[in-house]
Amino acid sequence: MTKQVQQLDRVIIRFAGDSGDGMQLTGDRFTAETAKFGNDLSTLPNFPAEIRAPAGTLPGVSSFQLHFADHDILTPGDAPNVLVAMNPAALKANLGDLPRGADIIANTDEFTKRNLQKVGYAANPLEDDSLAEWRLHSVPLTSLTVKALEGFEISKKDAERAKNMFALGLLSWLYHRPTEATIKFLEAKFAKKPDIAKANVAAFQAGWNYGETTESFSVSYEIKPATLAPGVYRNISGNQALAYGLIAASVQSGLPLFLGSYPITPASDILHELSKHKRFGIRTFQAEDEIAGVGAAVGAAFGGALGVTTTSGPGVALKAETVGLAVATELPLVVVDVQRAGPSTGMPTKTEQTDLLMAMFGRNGESPVPIVAPATPSDCFDAAIEAARIALKYRTPVMLLSDGYLANGSEPWRVPEVSELPDISVEFTTEPNGEDGTTFLPFKRDPETLARAWAVPGTPGLEHRIGGIEKADGTGNISYDPNNHDRMVRLRQAKIDGIDVPPLEVDDPDGDARVLVLGWGSTYGPIAAAVRRVRKEGGKVAQAHLRHLNPLPANTGDVLRSYDKVLLPEINLGQLALLLRARFLVDVISYNRVRGLPFKAEELAGVIQDVINSD
Amino acid sequence: MTESLNGKGLALVPRAEGKQTLKDFKSDQEVRWCPGCGDYAILAAVQSFLPELGLRRENIVFVSGIGCSSRFPYYMNTYGFHSIHGRAPAIATGLAASRPDLSVWVITGDGDALSIGGNHLIHALRRNVNLNILLFNNRIYGLTKGQYSPTSEVGKITKSTPMGSLDKPFNPISLAIGAEAGFVARTIDSDRKHLQSVLREAAAHRGTSLVEIYQNCNIFNDGAFDALKEPETRDDITIRLEHGQPIVFGAGENERAVRPAPQGGVEVVRRSEVADDEILVHDAHRPDPSLAFALSRLDEPAFAHVPIGIFRSVDRPAYDVLMSEQLEQATADKGKGQLSDLLLGGDTWRIN
Repeated sequence: MTKQVQQLDRVIIRFAGDSGDGMQLTGDRFTAETAKFGNDLSTLPNFPAEIRAPAGTLPGVSSFQLHFADHDILTPGDAPNVLVAMNPAALKANLGDLPRGADIIANTDEFTKRNLQKVGYAANPLEDDSLAEWRLHSVPLTSLTVKALEGFEISKKDAERAKNMFALGLLSWLYHRPTEATIKFLEAKFAKKPDIAKANVAAFQAGWNYGETTESFSVSYEIKPATLAPGVYRNISGNQALAYGLIAASVQSGLPLFLGSYPITPASDILHELSKHKRFGIRTFQAEDEIAGVGAAVGAAFGGALGVTTTSGPGVALKAETVGLAVATELPLVVVDVQRAGPSTGMPTKTEQTDLLMAMFGRNGESPVPIVAPATPSDCFDAAIEAARIALKYRTPVMLLSDGYLANGSEPWRVPEVSELPDISVEFTTEPNGEDGTTFLPFKRDPETLARAWAVPGTPGLEHRIGGIEKADGTGNISYDPNNHDRMVRLRQAKIDGIDVPPLEVDDPDGDARVLVLGWGSTYGPIAAAVRRVRKEGGKVAQAHLRHLNPLPANTGDVLRSYDKVLLPEINLGQLALLLRARFLVDVISYNRVRGLPFKAEELAGVIQDVINSD
Repeated sequence: MTESLNGKGLALVPRAEGKQTLKDFKSDQEVRWCPGCGDYAILAAVQSFLPELGLRRENIVFVSGIGCSSRFPYYMNTYGFHSIHGRAPAIATGLAASRPDLSVWVITGDGDALSIGGNHLIHALRRNVNLNILLFNNRIYGLTKGQYSPTSEVGKITKSTPMGSLDKPFNPISLAIGAEAGFVARTIDSDRKHLQSVLREAAAHRGTSLVEIYQNCNIFNDGAFDALKEPETRDDITIRLEHGQPIVFGAGENERAVRPAPQGGVEVVRRSEVADDEILVHDAHRPDPSLAFALSRLDEPAFAHVPIGIFRSVDRPAYDVLMSEQLEQATADKGKGQLSDLLLGGDTWRIN
């Protein structure tokens, strides 16, 4: 049978199943195949915080969405074209996002009476025509897998567990994905259990062959590689890019990296990644708590290391006092906050932008801290280097605000040449800097940057003491002098205000838009995709994205004031809007949703259009 | 590497050229403790002891938390870090783990170390980074003006406990031994010779050393340790622990000895009632901590008998050394990390 091949320019697939079904792994592998093939892509993993939520239930559903295309794309996509539903719960939880006409590939073996009852289906939706508006492919994934693995030296349970690889094989056939890397991956992953490795490879191949031979799939699809800027690419997630950025910052600064961290979702993968790279001289310290994590990083910074701590919002709350100590002692420190839904424990695996004001103001006293926010998963690499650059150059803690969407999402990344990376080296003070030529003044400042002299233990003749008590300007000795305190408060603020951040760039192709849509952090993709849609329909809209939240680029006020309307979508209740209104007296229009999920491009396009139309 | 460092806590710290004196370690800052505070005696003892170690002054760091004792680093002409309440062990851990060439001393008090910073203290002890923790125990909160502390005796009348405190105090020695500390000692502010002998052993220990120093707060808890200082009572209750020596104390009719108790633990008995070979011989290097723990309980009820000296001094690999070894091992296995190799390390593809 010769099957029809159809050309598509983009596809959005969502793999959904029980949290024990291996959906994240399946999605990761499909992503790797897609990256290898050369499509542009963007991913959105979405999973429960529980490691194994009760099987077959709605809260236990784990999903992985992948958007891939023959052109550059900006988001993981709003609505899937294809849903792979491994059980009734996965179907029920995701059907609402599925546009009419989309494909559903359902694992019929799991649509048992008991599983249907668990999620409140009175009748089997695969059989009662309730899915008539979609293209349903009923595939007994589990039993086909078990059958394909007859004769393998594995238990029935292990055979059943390979069903996700059968599904991956089927989807790989459907979209013409290369398969060699997945086979290699499975052989390496199960190197110590060769029987399991062979079974998974066989299940994967059986899935591919099933697609080729069965009549339920009469069409397969081709999506040509995307034409991206020339270079070497790899697929990378935000957490991995951030870890690589920190390693690069260590190399480019010439300082050993010391990470003090306490495991917390969704930041732990940065600790895991960095702990693998000890041959870069990286010390990773899993502390007894969040406070010790940042404390150890500050201690290492005092000793001349690039001190870093990684956490999420609840951890930042605990670290606040120690970050204040780094503000007072003017030591470099990078605090990575991978934001998640709050308050309190909130929703650990869901994304939010709700820590901006905590990063900005969440300490006692006047304690300004620079804030850098990456825009995309791969931008986490550059943002980490930028955060380290500011920390080292200005001797200050820096907040790096990633979030759960960036952390776990992935996209192709053009790998930079090392020669393209900035030099962020620092010079320690090694000689007395007092006017008498013999004394050392730890709080004598560089006249341009206002950064204080940084001398590390082991430097003879520069022995000195620092601490959280207010210091006399210059000498650093304890001082309760009122005027000195006022001067020091203003100096610390002036130092942060004077950080060299690049101007805010505006994308306004025709130069005649009257509406500006502004964003920060991970909303970049959805906003840019929405702006494209609006422009495609003839709408005029300018876009700008803030990477530095403190200090803001010097031209921010001018940019905001040069548009009739400024729209600011945020995944919070208007935190940046509050800052901009206070600072520039600009009547920013907020659009806020706090659902633990990124914005959808279609949703934002509608909001932008409404603002344009409201003239 | 690990083995050879046992008993040589400072082997990685560069040595000073030429002789040092007490004056070398005095900073130009005016000491601002209350007149008569026990902290003065400890400061003087430390300053006059450090020349003996012969370390380069710039490789010595004093890290402290918050409290009266935590002002200590300002008075030392070394590197110093006066940090925040309870966190000194964490900050010192990051410093010592990343800089094995430093001699790092943590100065803390009973409130700082055992109340707000209790978690960091126990984890520093089990982790065994090369730190010397000097815990100034005055059994009261001084800097906040006289509230009871986690080492105050039950029933302590203070501003915050006008009808007496209710909670049982920590015994810092028992706590440290329970937290897997390798080196645990107790000394007294007023006994400079003993204090310095303990510091000497603590410095030589590679790993975390915990030294509890009984320190008199003459403003809010004056005389808390008088029983250990007054000639009339001192010798009858102070048990001077010396490694390899039978544990006996007191004189004349009041001479006593410590022996293993039949039901476990140890007990104090009249010297005249025990044969020589029944007396417990102190073994600070005994791997099992239970006898050291039992000795730490001899001050129950309050100050019945107070052992001072080194309860426990057992070598085990120090965290900072092990951490460095992992870095060396990783480099030996795969070579020094190259950034371009790392960045290009995954599945890559080229677009022309």
